[in-house]
Amino acid sequence: MRARRGRTRFVWDAIGLLLFVVIAFPVYWMVASAFKPDDELNGLTPTWFSLHPTLSHFRDAMNRPFFWDGVKNSVIVVSVTVALSMVLAFLAAVALAKFRFTGRKAFIVLIIGIQMLPQAGLIIPLYVVLARYHQVNALSGVIVTYMTFVLPFSVWVLRGFLLGIPKELEEAAMVDGSTRIGSFTRILLPLVAPGLVATSIFAFITTWNEYIFARILLNDQSKQTATVWLSYFTGTSRNTDWGGLMAGSTLIAVPVIVFFLIVQRKIAFGLTAGAVRG
Amino acid sequence: MTSSEISGGKALAAEAALRPRRRRPFTFARFVRGIAPYLLILPVVVTIAAILGYPLYHLARLSFQKYGLFELIARHGTDVGWANYSSVLHDHLFWQVLVRTIVFTVANVALAIGIGTLLALLLTKVSSIVRVLLTAGLVLAWAMPPVVAVQVWIWITNPENGVLNYVLTQLHVGDYFQHDWLATPFSQLSLTTSLIVWGAIPFIVVTVYAGLAQVSHELVEAAEIDGARPWRVFKDVTFPILKPIFLILTSLSIIWDFGVFTQPYLLIEQPRINASNELMGIYLFEEGYLKTDFGRGAAISILMLLIVAVLSIVYVRKMVRAGDEAA
Repeated sequence: MRARRGRTRFVWDAIGLLLFVVIAFPVYWMVASAFKPDDELNGLTPTWFSLHPTLSHFRDAMNRPFFWDGVKNSVIVVSVTVALSMVLAFLAAVALAKFRFTGRKAFIVLIIGIQMLPQAGLIIPLYVVLARYHQVNALSGVIVTYMTFVLPFSVWVLRGFLLGIPKELEEAAMVDGSTRIGSFTRILLPLVAPGLVATSIFAFITTWNEYIFARILLNDQSKQTATVWLSYFTGTSRNTDWGGLMAGSTLIAVPVIVFFLIVQRKIAFGLTAGAVRG
Repeated sequence: MTSSEISGGKALAAEAALRPRRRRPFTFARFVRGIAPYLLILPVVVTIAAILGYPLYHLARLSFQKYGLFELIARHGTDVGWANYSSVLHDHLFWQVLVRTIVFTVANVALAIGIGTLLALLLTKVSSIVRVLLTAGLVLAWAMPPVVAVQVWIWITNPENGVLNYVLTQLHVGDYFQHDWLATPFSQLSLTTSLIVWGAIPFIVVTVYAGLAQVSHELVEAAEIDGARPWRVFKDVTFPILKPIFLILTSLSIIWDFGVFTQPYLLIEQPRINASNELMGIYLFEEGYLKTDFGRGAAISILMLLIVAVLSIVYVRKMVRAGDEAA
């Protein structure tokens, strides 16, 4: 019995390893290709692991026109969006987690409903309205657009984190004679800080990755974000600079992957909390 | 919600009923407490109303107007009644795209949830080292920005020296020398599906795996001792417990895949995008934005929003109920 169990475990492990290779391969291939010299990239037989890694593709990618503009614009858009959204979303999350009030349910419907809107369906109205207020080709137009997507999500996840704080802790602080605001800053804020960090990082990832609105709302190449820069990399030429393309891809993916690894567990919790509770 | 939470809530309600009611005098503190939640949600509500509510109102108006580049500059359109809607609904292409998008969505959702569930079940069978490796691989796939993933897909599948053709040929799956993965509309959409499913699986695996932890070992073992085969155990023991999770995952996936834009738009690429491979999001982008016929685009947008609204009712209702309970 034991031996048979060991054998089936081995079969499952083998399948698991095979699937790991299939799933992780695209990411590995991106990074590996970014470091390969051109002759290894263009050969008909792929080089699985380069013994002559080079940084030249990264230099090429960074020296391409508008790379640094794209990075700079992305950093501006992301940091302003995240900072503004976190403040506003936190306030609303407190209202949802700590108060009962008329219209609470309507607000929840609004928060959940907005997240369901297909972005493609909003291209036309946002473009037309933002054009009317001269916000097309301006980073501010993209920032307010992103806020409408980041806010509902952040309110929802932060509310989850706030609910995780035991009421007793707060009440203990109140009994000790602190005011509601005092109990908020001294007890609630430190406890919810990890949640705020996790939510900001997730907001960072969504905004950094966003493509369609940046593509439509920003026309000048010097105004474009990093993802739009990457989407124009191949252009129309037949001979693609694969090494440069993969180096550029790696440069844009790395910040996201790093941050994602930091918050992965927390966000999985935040996203599933609603589902599992149901 | 667990049973203890429910009984706790009942106890509280009973206590409140027993407590004598008395009118509390109006005080400043109570007034502040009363308006506090409204002040707290005000900034979010105002932002959403201004940046989303107003454009949506505008969208509804646009859909009844002739609104092109000229009108965009002149800043007002001319009313045309239902002309935009009837033009869209009489467009053969609209119906073709709608059917294609539905088939595409069903295929993508079924594949992602099917493979995701199998992977989650596999995670419970493998040794801990393999589990850590597999989870790490899933997290990497999850973290890849879609625009970047598209570029990697283009590189892996390029006909000249893409690694996929090389591997398939070496494994004797067939002759894939210089095989063009974007040759036919079917293969274009299949390649898009592979990209979307790869990106969607991690979230599904993590969610289902978390749900599997709730299924008690005793139940599964009892069923196995009774002689139930693995499929029966899944169908009659595991699945009923996970049903709420599957419901939410399915409706979320349907909504996401129905409105998908970035992956097919960048993978199939501009010169190749045409009537034979357009999905709803791209059709809308081409007809409304690229042809600068914003009025007609608005009509398509409204139709698309209506379809998605119907699709998302199940999810929204469930989430709202969960959110309302857990106050």
